[in-house]
Amino acid sequence: MAIKVKFFASLREQISEGLEQVDATGIQTISDVWERATQTQLMPERVLCSVNLEHREPHEAVSDGDEVAFFPPVTGG
Amino acid sequence: MAVQLESLPFDPAAELARFESSLPVGSVGASASFVGTMRNHNEGDEVTAMMLEHYPGMTEKQLEEVIADAAQRWDIIDALIVHRTGNITPGDPIVLTAVCSAHRAAAFDACRFLMEALKSRATFWKKETLANGQQRWVENNTPG
Repeated sequence: MAIKVKFFASLREQISEGLEQVDATGIQTISDVWERATQTQLMPERVLCSVNLEHREPHEAVSDGDEVAFFPPVTGG
Repeated sequence: MAVQLESLPFDPAAELARFESSLPVGSVGASASFVGTMRNHNEGDEVTAMMLEHYPGMTEKQLEEVIADAAQRWDIIDALIVHRTGNITPGDPIVLTAVCSAHRAAAFDACRFLMEALKSRATFWKKETLANGQQRWVENNTPG
């Protein structure tokens, strides 16, 4: 019963002691994952999220076994 | 249709030649390509180096989806995206997009689309090192 969590780029440096895995019990949305993984640190305004490698919004649902990632706006190319 | 992430410097001309030589002879009437290289300046500051972080797995998936979207919108024969990761210096190629089609409009338009779509969707992040040694994350894409 676990959800894998990843942080990238500036967000990884900003979030102190972000957890790489959280217990899925009681977790319904991406926002819930953020709260548990960051131990209730405030989510910055411009954070983007993904579930299982697809872009998603914070209110969207997650399930046990998912991989959830949080990152700043992308700047490739 | 191919996506390549390169952790070391690549030669866009060689990649383009390989891509074009893989296509059936005579089928292509138009070929358009774009190469993005690293500048030595950004937002008024001299930049001496840059690190390109990505999300392994998701980045490739997003780039493949960008190509699939282009193939749905335009009648293209083949497309290629090559993108650097890791540490780069000014003048290094960052990205190559290439499209082959029967006619020029599809090649031009789809090639531009690949670049704009990857800049807004593909999970890459740039951290630049300035001439004074300071490091900072690039927060916004430059307008086209």
